[in-house]
Amino acid sequence: MDLSAINPILLLASLMVAATPILLAAIGELVVERAGVLNLGVEGMMITGAICGFAVAVGTGSPWLGFMGAALGGALLSLLFGVLTQYLLSNQVATGLALTLFGLGLSALMGQGYIGIKAPAFPDIHIPLLGDIPVIGPIVFQHDPLVYVGLLLTGGVWWFLHKTRGGLILRAVGENHDAAHALGYKVIKVRMLAIAFGGACAGLGGAYLSLVRVPQWTEGMTAGAGWIALAIVVFAGWKPWRLLLGAYLFGGVTVLQLNLQAAGLAIPVEYLSMSPYLATIVVLVIMSAGRAPGSLGRIFHASR
Amino acid sequence: MSLLTIESLTKAYPGVIANRDVSLEIRVGEIHALLGENGAGKSTLVKAIYGLVKPDSGKMFLNGSSFAPPDPRAARAAGVAMVFQHFSLFDALTVAENISLGLENPPPQSEVAASVRRVSEQYGLPLDPDRTVGDLSAGERQRVEIIRCLLQDPKLLIMDEPTSVLTPQEVGILFETLRKLRSEGTSILYISHKLEEIRALCDVATVLRLGQVVGTCDPRLTSARDMAELMVGSALHVPQKTDKPLGQVTLSVKGLTAPAPHQFGTPLKNISFDVQVGEVLGIGGVAGNGQDELVAALSGEMKVAPHMVTLFGKPIGNLNPNARRALGLCAAPEERNGHAAAPDMSLIENALLTGATRKHLTHRGFLQWDKARDFAEAIITAFDVRAPSATSAARSLSGGNLQKFVIGREIMQAPDVLVINQPTWGVDASAAASIRQAILNLATEGAAVIVISQDLDELMEISDKFAALNDGRLSQLRPAAGLTIEDIGLMLGGAHDMEVAHVDA
Repeated sequence: MDLSAINPILLLASLMVAATPILLAAIGELVVERAGVLNLGVEGMMITGAICGFAVAVGTGSPWLGFMGAALGGALLSLLFGVLTQYLLSNQVATGLALTLFGLGLSALMGQGYIGIKAPAFPDIHIPLLGDIPVIGPIVFQHDPLVYVGLLLTGGVWWFLHKTRGGLILRAVGENHDAAHALGYKVIKVRMLAIAFGGACAGLGGAYLSLVRVPQWTEGMTAGAGWIALAIVVFAGWKPWRLLLGAYLFGGVTVLQLNLQAAGLAIPVEYLSMSPYLATIVVLVIMSAGRAPGSLGRIFHASR
Repeated sequence: MSLLTIESLTKAYPGVIANRDVSLEIRVGEIHALLGENGAGKSTLVKAIYGLVKPDSGKMFLNGSSFAPPDPRAARAAGVAMVFQHFSLFDALTVAENISLGLENPPPQSEVAASVRRVSEQYGLPLDPDRTVGDLSAGERQRVEIIRCLLQDPKLLIMDEPTSVLTPQEVGILFETLRKLRSEGTSILYISHKLEEIRALCDVATVLRLGQVVGTCDPRLTSARDMAELMVGSALHVPQKTDKPLGQVTLSVKGLTAPAPHQFGTPLKNISFDVQVGEVLGIGGVAGNGQDELVAALSGEMKVAPHMVTLFGKPIGNLNPNARRALGLCAAPEERNGHAAAPDMSLIENALLTGATRKHLTHRGFLQWDKARDFAEAIITAFDVRAPSATSAARSLSGGNLQKFVIGREIMQAPDVLVINQPTWGVDASAAASIRQAILNLATEGAAVIVISQDLDELMEISDKFAALNDGRLSQLRPAAGLTIEDIGLMLGGAHDMEVAHVDA
């Protein structure tokens, strides 16, 4: 075993990159759940976003257009969930699980012609001045733009939920949809918008995998990241900053255990592989979770 | 001068006409009572005024101009505000956030908080804008709703059953606030079925029955009994209490102390009382003061130390509900759908669920369907339950009929002690009267009955002794005869820091 092979600066730098797909998907799902909707189809929306983004990026040669295509693809798939659960009043848990299976199948079909192709490059940006700071520069200020998009989204979601009237209405709808309806707020409209936002974020998270992290298309490449995002939302108590912590913790332990595997640590690989999940759950449980939105997962029907 | 005029409003739902040709006039600065049984169409009418329901036909005029709000926002903009029966509040949000959600074009949060402080001071309704609503008492939650309405400067304030969760003192203070609003020229549409309150407060009463207006009266000049009969449409049966000697102590509770079973529960603190054969003990109190926990401890849903609850001298505090049923203690919890009855199961299955032990409806682990059906049908006949058949799902029954069924199910098991929580909650007057009569009959036949209720009139009507639950503590037992409403109010713990409005208008 050679621990000196692990470069701590590189390790910390790759932490942010490893956490970004989960962070993106989780922050979207957080908004959806704060609006009172439980969409278990995050995995399906991520993988659909991964292939949509990859296809568009390869077709146009622009990773930015790819990310937009991914957000659009994820949002479209989530609207299917929205129509089924909000207008046709289907069960959210079953529909979300079906959405995951559907997304996995759909993405495999769409990805037929893209296996083995390389994605167009998505270069890191070197933020002037800040990026030149020793140690901190490479860790924090020399990443690709989507890493910062994820951070901005987290801050933006916190600001929206707690500082704007729209956010207050969204929280009210998620807390007690009957009362929100009685006050004259459009419960279904708010929820459809939240669902579409969640789908777009999940799509971005998926495309980050296929365009930046891997960067190529393989079937089932999200490999459970959507489920982790769902779990982090719950364990973070539906709070954006805790969610950021959870995602970075998960990303950090993932990167660390990969480095340890490479360094040949005398612990079976299986234990190392499960460590990010255990560490994330343990830490977030110890921090004691918050209260779930009051109407989470309940079907809303205006006449009752 | 007329503020709101409604002309022959009709609204039908599939299978039922909720309002038929309803006409109504509310004058400026008047407290107008809307009276009626459950299902008489009060809620539908009010929802039409508030823009939650679109009437099929009919016209409304506000201040002389046509008024047809497409949604609650339009109604609020026109000066109509509403305090809901089941509070339309958001537990996880603060008082200021809750109030801001009910305002059109609300100012920033800090200004909302300031106006909340100002209005709460002006009308004597103390309230901290930064507290989370989930932590407030029922009376405080109602204040949130009222202040939310007052901030809109309403011309018409609709109040749907506002006093059902308040102590008598809180009711008095609410009435002071409402009278003050009336003197400032605000009209109030006051929905209730508590006739004495309406007689004390309202200027005019309109009575609805089966969706139609059946009469208008001056409640100050009409007796409560006459109004009740107008509401029900027939002479009202008043339960008869027969004098009987009380017998030996059956159930004895000594030093019953238990931690709160869940986060929002109430711990029970050193509760002691005895009930005797033939006695009805009424326990009053505002919801959330330990009623559910006391019922759970008595029925066996929550186990306590054995000696804390004894039945005929035998310690039963650690026994489960079925073991207690076998010994003669039955219970009927408050929530019909989901607690007292399984909503999607048939009446036969529901009869089996609690009756199996005492009525021997199982044999070596197998169900005796024939006997269960006979038992269910016997309940339906004896208690006049209106159900298509014994195989109907419990959910399909109306609230009053299902309540008659779940109470009848326990009474038909001939228990020695029966514990009932909220026997007539949400039940119309005639069904309530028959349930109360059945409770009295059971006591006459030699059972001890413990009735826990928030309806003080009901408790005074049927109890031999009365006690009040307040914050998990039980007051001394006192003979019910001769207790005044003020005595009871003091036993219930007073006015929960409310004060009378102190602005001279």
